[in-house]
Amino acid sequence: MNELAAAVPWLGKRNPMAARWLILIIAIVAPFIAWQFGKSWVRILDFALLYMMLALGLNLVVGFAGLLDLGYIAFYAVGAYTFAFLASPHFDIHLPFWAILPLGAGFAALAGIMLGFPVLRLRGDYLAIVTLGFGEIVRIFMLNLNYPVNITNGPQGINMIDPINLFGWDLSRNIQVTENFSINSLFLYYYFFLLAVTGSIIFIQRLQISRVGRAWAAMRDDELAAKAIGINTRNMKLLAFSLGATFGGVSGCLFGAFQGFVSPESFSLMESIAVLTMVVFGGMGNIAGAVVGAFVLALLPEILRDVAVPLQQTLFGHVLLDPEVLRMLLLSLAMILMMLLRPAGMIPARARYCHDEHLINKLKQEAAK
Amino acid sequence: METLIQQLINGLVIGSVYALIALGYTMVYGILGLINFAHGDVLMVGALVALQTMMFLMGMAPGMSPLAMLTIALLVAIVVCMLLGFTMERLAYRRLRNAPRLAPLITAIGVSFLLQTLAMIIWGRNYHTFPQLISTTPLQPIEGVFVTPVQIAIVLASAALMVGLLLLVNRTKIGRAMRATAENHRVASLMGVDTNAVIAFTFVIGAGLAAVAGVMYASNYGIAHYGMGFMPGLKAFTAAVLGGIGNLGGAMLGGVVLGLVESFGAGYIEHLTFGFLNSSYQDIFAFIILGLVLIFRPTGLLGERVSDRA
Amino acid sequence: MITLLEARNIGKRFGGLQALSDVSLTIRKGEVYGLIGPNGAGKTTFFNVLTGAYTPDGGEFVFNGSLLPTGKPHKVVGRGIARTFQNIRLFRELTALENVMAGHHIRTKAGVWGVLTQNRFTREEERLTTERAYELLKYVGIERFADVVSKNLSYGDQRRLEIARALATEPQLLALDEPAAGMNATETGQLKLLIEQIRRDGITVMLIEHDVKLVMGLCDRVAVLDFGKKIAEDVPAVVQKNEAVIAAYLGGGKHAH
Repeated sequence: MNELAAAVPWLGKRNPMAARWLILIIAIVAPFIAWQFGKSWVRILDFALLYMMLALGLNLVVGFAGLLDLGYIAFYAVGAYTFAFLASPHFDIHLPFWAILPLGAGFAALAGIMLGFPVLRLRGDYLAIVTLGFGEIVRIFMLNLNYPVNITNGPQGINMIDPINLFGWDLSRNIQVTENFSINSLFLYYYFFLLAVTGSIIFIQRLQISRVGRAWAAMRDDELAAKAIGINTRNMKLLAFSLGATFGGVSGCLFGAFQGFVSPESFSLMESIAVLTMVVFGGMGNIAGAVVGAFVLALLPEILRDVAVPLQQTLFGHVLLDPEVLRMLLLSLAMILMMLLRPAGMIPARARYCHDEHLINKLKQEAAK
Repeated sequence: METLIQQLINGLVIGSVYALIALGYTMVYGILGLINFAHGDVLMVGALVALQTMMFLMGMAPGMSPLAMLTIALLVAIVVCMLLGFTMERLAYRRLRNAPRLAPLITAIGVSFLLQTLAMIIWGRNYHTFPQLISTTPLQPIEGVFVTPVQIAIVLASAALMVGLLLLVNRTKIGRAMRATAENHRVASLMGVDTNAVIAFTFVIGAGLAAVAGVMYASNYGIAHYGMGFMPGLKAFTAAVLGGIGNLGGAMLGGVVLGLVESFGAGYIEHLTFGFLNSSYQDIFAFIILGLVLIFRPTGLLGERVSDRA
Repeated sequence: MITLLEARNIGKRFGGLQALSDVSLTIRKGEVYGLIGPNGAGKTTFFNVLTGAYTPDGGEFVFNGSLLPTGKPHKVVGRGIARTFQNIRLFRELTALENVMAGHHIRTKAGVWGVLTQNRFTREEERLTTERAYELLKYVGIERFADVVSKNLSYGDQRRLEIARALATEPQLLALDEPAAGMNATETGQLKLLIEQIRRDGITVMLIEHDVKLVMGLCDRVAVLDFGKKIAEDVPAVVQKNEAVIAAYLGGGKHAH
């Protein structure tokens, strides 16, 4: 969380503790503010949290380890379909959430390793194209594996997926506190996802400032030199791929359960690109960047949808650019302009890879004596 | 036997389109080491501009002969795409030549999606019928084997363009400058080559070829839409890698080989997998080939033209 | 004298070019061993083959009495051979301290589980890594730049940092590829002192160097490569008078132009 706190403008550098509290408070009250604008905005926040988790996972692969993965959404798909297979009427299997989550994460990690093995020797740009191909292959299978045996139900996807059920507590039901006051299910999902994102951030932050994170950064900056100091780059790449995929798998499970249905459409290349843009927009290789990037780019298209459509109607009498087009326009422009004008991202905080300043200061004092 | 020959012909036709696109990838890669991800979308722009021109001509001069109409449309498409190629290089890629290695590639992805979005805004999301101005009535040179005049035109035009390109690169002054720049930018510029101009020229030529390929592709399938560039682009990239990226002859060979593999693969996949997979999996062949080549023979069939920046 | 490294009949070919042919040499524990020769003689190739960046076509290395794995850089480092590069290769985005800490990778163990739980072992290991890295920065004299991102360091400091990073792998043999390249006389003098200090601390040093004065003043023994073959190996004073060596340097000049 340190990095995130430090990224808060003005306050972050002066009073990190206050910045931390500020973030916490914003995170907690956000859905209440969103509620004022309508129920759908809480849902959008829920999705923003899922994107955050994806961006955090992809950032680990692209930003930390320097491997450009354009098929990242495939792992999201693996997680979502795992959940759909094991908790829906499709095969009439209804395993509990806690049983499926590790399976979804595990399958995604396995997919990551399977993809990782053959492509590890490739140079950066080739790697990008092959991972893109991998993503497309997964999608093609999702689309077509309804024949001759119906596994994925083809383009229709799988419906009526069980909601998240935490030991008997069904997150999809509103909690009726008193007769005329209830907590909407969207809030429950929000806080559950928030917990998941917080856990991810802590985990990833710990990874970054560790032997593992330094090895990734070393490999990213100079692979040959990394090998020359004894880093087993093959294993480190596999680790990055599989851990990144795990985050994709977990968020896929959450997505499937939250949305209630999955179909190949949700896992197109455009989604991979969208997540990549979030990482690039915030700043590759730093956690705050991934969080902010995901938040901004998940929300902005929705805001545009609300603002741009009525605006166009009053200006031109009809809608020239529909919201989906606006979203694509926004994402592609964001990607190009960020690379050209601000390649370090909106939050260009330099990521730390060693433990806090205390130790260094102590050593410096020792040296001064 | 007839099916075999038929697959061979189909493969050759689509393969020569791949080859034309692959040339654009391979030229740019040879000279800049950049995978111009947006190259496939230039093809799409070419096809849609040609379509627009034809519509316009049909409205303005309904009596015009189809061949003249096609020629004009093709020329307009080529010019527009060349301008597009020039603009992309100038505005986006040139500024990133010394950036960290992922930056140009990410930009190229952005450009690709930007082009698709703009095309979606201009031409909508729908599939457009592409007028097939060259006859599509199949001829039957051999009993049971069908070839359309469009297909013949595609193969002949591709062959002519490839020969032209080889002559340009190997026999002309600008071609020599291109080869010198690919070998080593700095040295080339010390020898008095205007490397910026050469790189821009390379983009322009590649984009022109893509425009032609786009018109061919759309004529062959009779449709055009904003997302049509993605798959052939990806496949042409595969073809370029298969032949040995940076190597012109390799791109041509790779394109044809990939076309044949795809055509035979699609024809026989049901038998091979005992009916489990059918021809809707046609698109995965390219990816599988790409993966296999990169793993087992990353330099491609004819070898990467190595002046590799280590 | 105990033998630390023995290269036996090492060969390496690139296409039509025989970069190394039948090179055999012996490095003794505790000495500074120079590897010299005209440009393109195969010195860096020898380093690359030794440290596992390339696989040799023939021959073997015996290190500390047992065979060295070929083509596996991380295993070679694990056995105790570290190297630097002719054109400095630091981890650009990492600070000086983090560069050296990364160098400690092979001597530490923390994995994902330990990192996730931040157990006592991991925390302790991390603390030791930091302290040791700082000590090494002090050792090469750039501890005041511990927090500076390495790409912003001066050229001479980058060279020192690269040596510190190599030392962090706790090598028995330190292989330096042209450490004095691009340095002025003062910096070269300081470098000489540093290498002597490293030797005094019990680490054997092997270096490729063009600066003849540095080689002659620093090395206990020198081997000369020419066109991939070893043409001499002896104490500097003797090598200097060797006719084949003199011819190689003069003749090499003729070939190169």
